[in-house]
Amino acid sequence: MLEHDLLIVGGGLAGLSAALGADPGLKVAVISKVHPLRSHSVAAQGGINAALGNRPDCADDTWDKHAFDTIKGSDYLADQDATELLCQRAIPTIYELDHWGAPFSRLADGKIAQRPFGGAGFPRTCYAADRTGHILLHTLYEQAVRREVTFYDEWLVTDIVVRDRRLAGLIAYDLAGGEIIPLRAKAVIFATGGYGRIYHRSTNAYINLGGGIGMAYRAGIPLKDMEFVQFHPTTLFGKNILMTEGARGEGGYLVNAQGRRFMEDYAPRAMELAPRDIVARSIQTEVDKGNGFENEYVHLDLRHLGREKIVQRLPGIRDICIHFAGLDPVDQPIPIQPAQHYSMGGIDVDATCASAVEGFFAAGECACVSVHGANRLGGNSLLESIVFGRIAGESASRYLRGGPPEAGGDRETAETARALTARIRSVHEREAGENVFQLLNKLKRLMSDTAGIFRDAATLKRGLDELVELREAYRRVFIYGSCGRYCQEMVVLVEFEHMMEVAEVILLGALRREETRGSHYRTDFPKRDDASWLKHTIVTRSDKGPAITYRDLQAGRYAPEERKY
Amino acid sequence: MIFKILRFDAQKDERPHFQVYGHTSKPHETVLEALKDIRDQQDPSLSFRYSCREAVCGSCGMVINGRIALACRTQVGELEGDEAVIEPLPNLEIQKDLIVDLSPFWEAYRKVEPYLQATGEFPEKGHRVAEKDMEEISQFITCILCACCYSACPVATRDRRYVGPAALAKLRRFELDPRDERPFSALERFDGPEGVWGCDTVFRCNDVCPKDVRPADGIEGLRRTIVSGKIKRLFRRRP
Repeated sequence: MLEHDLLIVGGGLAGLSAALGADPGLKVAVISKVHPLRSHSVAAQGGINAALGNRPDCADDTWDKHAFDTIKGSDYLADQDATELLCQRAIPTIYELDHWGAPFSRLADGKIAQRPFGGAGFPRTCYAADRTGHILLHTLYEQAVRREVTFYDEWLVTDIVVRDRRLAGLIAYDLAGGEIIPLRAKAVIFATGGYGRIYHRSTNAYINLGGGIGMAYRAGIPLKDMEFVQFHPTTLFGKNILMTEGARGEGGYLVNAQGRRFMEDYAPRAMELAPRDIVARSIQTEVDKGNGFENEYVHLDLRHLGREKIVQRLPGIRDICIHFAGLDPVDQPIPIQPAQHYSMGGIDVDATCASAVEGFFAAGECACVSVHGANRLGGNSLLESIVFGRIAGESASRYLRGGPPEAGGDRETAETARALTARIRSVHEREAGENVFQLLNKLKRLMSDTAGIFRDAATLKRGLDELVELREAYRRVFIYGSCGRYCQEMVVLVEFEHMMEVAEVILLGALRREETRGSHYRTDFPKRDDASWLKHTIVTRSDKGPAITYRDLQAGRYAPEERKY
Repeated sequence: MIFKILRFDAQKDERPHFQVYGHTSKPHETVLEALKDIRDQQDPSLSFRYSCREAVCGSCGMVINGRIALACRTQVGELEGDEAVIEPLPNLEIQKDLIVDLSPFWEAYRKVEPYLQATGEFPEKGHRVAEKDMEEISQFITCILCACCYSACPVATRDRRYVGPAALAKLRRFELDPRDERPFSALERFDGPEGVWGCDTVFRCNDVCPKDVRPADGIEGLRRTIVSGKIKRLFRRRP
């Protein structure tokens, strides 16, 4: 059996950062279902926050102001200690990335450039034009190549094997080889990203199915705050490709069909740069009131910025508009609508990235520490992935240095691999059945219709009911092609089972949380209720289905206040 | 619209063959969206790589009506005629359908030491880098390593030792970076037919690059740096 000290699952920013943070003496490998440079981190545009204070107008910025903005932006659901750790470590993290070759945009004096972003008191978002995720992912991958990190590219992890609450191994499907492979490991870090493609409208890459989150849940690891789903305000109408918040940071306007900058009705001070939950709701409200175009979208207008600024600061946005919508934002406003963008919730971990299962760690979007609470600020996700990826690498190394006892789960691991092989064979041997890609499309519709920007008890209950039908249909799933090499049907078939768990936990958490906080807007409970709900939702899988408990927040420096922008 | 797609499954086919699918395309539909729709609605066994669908991850390079391009960045409506012929990237072994084995491409990439080489700890307040220095490398950092240029390159096709346009453009990106401290010998290793002198300067790489990188500019720049570096060394050796 293939054996490692530490297996990192996911080759995006969190996974690569974990690999770079791990003790070089350990036998470490990164497993990724796509080549690491195809990970969704590559699509992040606007930037990464750190209180560097590089511009004259942000010289007074400090990491604790960054922490305060993040906590307020989170609607006070973030854990304040962990948020402070994130913001403190942000500063050396940026300088290290710079030293590793990250080609950040620069100010005239040669310092790293910073731009304003939503919900932030100072311009503290470092960027490389509007390709920040791309340059950071390439930079970390380059450093991983330099350190000769072992990669298993195009391997899909299908199962986590746990024995007596201790990690024992993983099962993976090697796409190029067409084999199902058992793997022994003393520790595992999940950095598998978000579940955006559980929604019909999402900015996420097609590969973001959220399998990692559901897989952890099925292995008995609790999930936290899954009802908090971020909808990005500005995505290209129809395609839902991200139009970075940086476009508004650079001065872009949001305009309705009457030609009004409607944000003055919702956030008169911050206007377009209010946090994402508020801007996304404002846009949806305008459209619902009939103030949108074709009852679907509003305009993001950049024309007044001028050609030079657009070409220099937002070249990627311009390119996307030209090639995917046939319009040039220099001359025309961009039609935009909100779409699912990010998951605040995830695998329940503490500030060391450790979970309830010994030897199992998680970081990045698949994890919930929580530093984003009920609403993440733009520019904080790249930061979280890199900082907590590193922390996960360090924590797992510390755990391994302690010489944890062998889980001794080889028999279970081999057995799980055999069971998967048998299951795939039996699915393949059916005469006919459900097409998994069509089931996936149904799930996406279900989630968009019932757990969107605005929800209430009726929609959420309907979502749960329809999910039961979908589970029934999944029992009849069928593989049409051959199930050897590069069987993408098998990839989605395996992930879909995990995705249904993710969907159920989101719907259930949202149904139970009878208040409105951050991204979670209940039209039947439109007020925040700190007396009852200033706490994390924890969902654990049991034989009788999902078991919900709640965990109080750690007390912090900042008492909850009303959020006004 | 007719889609003629190259199919190959080593487990059952002796050789690749075309399969024909009818498809009604929607306004502004990309070739990638069309392929996904054909897979979802007609043939779940159809295999192709994809991820971001916005031309930044580099997964979906393929040949579309004879042109090497990213499927996600090609509009169905802009194709000529009412037939789309879809084939995998050339000059690489087919793994399944439109999926090719990219290992020669990634091996070439690794050969150029594609990482910034800066010594010591990072400066406390970060490096100071002039805006214009960053602008010089900006065309090269937009590279998404999709391998379109590599598979279009006639030299890489006939000589596997040649590291190819993407790898050399990457080397140029680091060579131009004021923070990089790699020794001249790291460039000189590519002072031969496997490196900068392998290029035929037919600029196929520039033509096919979906991100306007112009790898041939990078190769040309490296040639100048290597030649002038050698001349300088010659003068230094004189007493």
